[in-house]
Amino acid sequence: MSAIAVRDLKKSYGTYQALRGISFDIKEGEVFGLLGPNGAGKTTTIEILEGYRTRDEGEVEVLGFDPERAGSAFRERIGVVLQQSQLWPNLTVAETHRLFAGYYEHPRDAEEVIALVGLAEKRDARVKTLSGGQKRRLDLGVALVGDPDLVFLDEPTTGFDPAARRAAWDMIRSLRSLGKTILLTTHYLDEAEQLADRLAVLREGIIIREGTPAELTGGASETEVRYRKDGNEVVMRTTEPTKLLQRLTAEALAEGHELEDLSVRRPTLEDVYLSLTVEQEE
Amino acid sequence: MRLFRHQVKTEQRLFWRSREAAVFVFLFPILLFALLTAVYNGRIEGRPAALGLLAGMIGYGAANTAFSGLAITLVTRRELGILKRIRATPLPPAVYLTSVIVSIMIVYAIQVASLFALGHLLKSTPWPSNLLSLIPALALGAATFAALGLAITGFIRSVEGSSAVLNVIVLPMAFLTGAFGPTRHYPQVLRAIGAVLPLKYLLDLIKGIYLHGQQFWDKPLAVAMLVGWGLFGMAVALRTFRWEPREG
Repeated sequence: MSAIAVRDLKKSYGTYQALRGISFDIKEGEVFGLLGPNGAGKTTTIEILEGYRTRDEGEVEVLGFDPERAGSAFRERIGVVLQQSQLWPNLTVAETHRLFAGYYEHPRDAEEVIALVGLAEKRDARVKTLSGGQKRRLDLGVALVGDPDLVFLDEPTTGFDPAARRAAWDMIRSLRSLGKTILLTTHYLDEAEQLADRLAVLREGIIIREGTPAELTGGASETEVRYRKDGNEVVMRTTEPTKLLQRLTAEALAEGHELEDLSVRRPTLEDVYLSLTVEQEE
Repeated sequence: MRLFRHQVKTEQRLFWRSREAAVFVFLFPILLFALLTAVYNGRIEGRPAALGLLAGMIGYGAANTAFSGLAITLVTRRELGILKRIRATPLPPAVYLTSVIVSIMIVYAIQVASLFALGHLLKSTPWPSNLLSLIPALALGAATFAALGLAITGFIRSVEGSSAVLNVIVLPMAFLTGAFGPTRHYPQVLRAIGAVLPLKYLLDLIKGIYLHGQQFWDKPLAVAMLVGWGLFGMAVALRTFRWEPREG
């Protein structure tokens, strides 16, 4: 069963078309990534699904609700981490969790959630004393305290240092193991690749590619071979890397020199992503 | 109802824990009263100055607390993204806003009680006798200013500018309507401006009830003007109130 179904969704701000007809489905228990550069329409999409924005055209169903008209029953079942939002600086971590828990009919135990997001040591600290990464974990804890079925994460790790990002990824993986459906937006390719079961690449308001990370990278099957010759870098792309390497190494051996800095690389999601966006520009 | 109690309790905790709110919103009219009664020793309108100043400061307190205090709180929360975050929870927006307003009215009630106590202590001003008229009058005044406070938030763009904007409205209003002293000798134009402002009518009610032993209903014009300003505030707020911060 689909947790989210979107059909031909369109949204304009004045004359600017933010979404030009996108469709996708997210299954229950799935982690779905919306990937794209800034201005691609990720936040517009997620905020329509959260019920913050109205749509111009198309059909949207989230947990069986139309988010535009849904009320408390819908909000009982969703958790939201906004791209930019802060919480009360003078409350403690535990107070903030209890405050939000009070908004729900069947909340999770606040202490349990605090431990889940790794803030147990900070439970009595005022929010204003937390680091950026800790505040983001607080955002996540507050989104989880209502025990939602569906969690929206809008760029959950933007501005994190690498260690904090890894910690956040582990946390998001643990959410999936709890059976939550997760919709995640990001402009980090590695994040999408690491976390998402399936993802859609969004650019200028349309979905240009959709599938599992493996399907997306598998589509472009050229392997890249690089080496250095007489101080110049040589880059070759091939669909038959065995043959190419055989030829290159045979030549080098015959001439008695080394293929300096030789590397063989499968395309990453990043390459696919860049090639897709470049194709679009041409 | 459970949500409402939860939120009012939360609002009270948030208010008293914020030093800025406690000093500038709660304490400021009380400090101003202490200061003014120390320097004004004569009589105002034939009564000891402390009485007139006490009535004035109770009126000014309504504007300072329910209008400025409420507006600053909501603009700050809006710009921090807290209002937007709250909207994603099952808490209904109307319950949220009602809780915020009720909470600021509780703050105002404590402020009024403190002003009466301080007046009694410093200048032996009498305790109010007609609470059955005074409480509805003050509640109406605070509700009117709260509605206007909701309305003004739509016109304040940033947290930094909010105190300045609100002071530019509240301080001249307090002077023009006589909260800080009589306006008899003011130029005609200024008195005419003062005569349309809501604080003038709240002060009329407070003075009538506290100083002249009148009832709530003895000043129908004042009640009507406050209700009118309150409805005007609500109408504007319904059109301009925003839950989300400005983009970018």
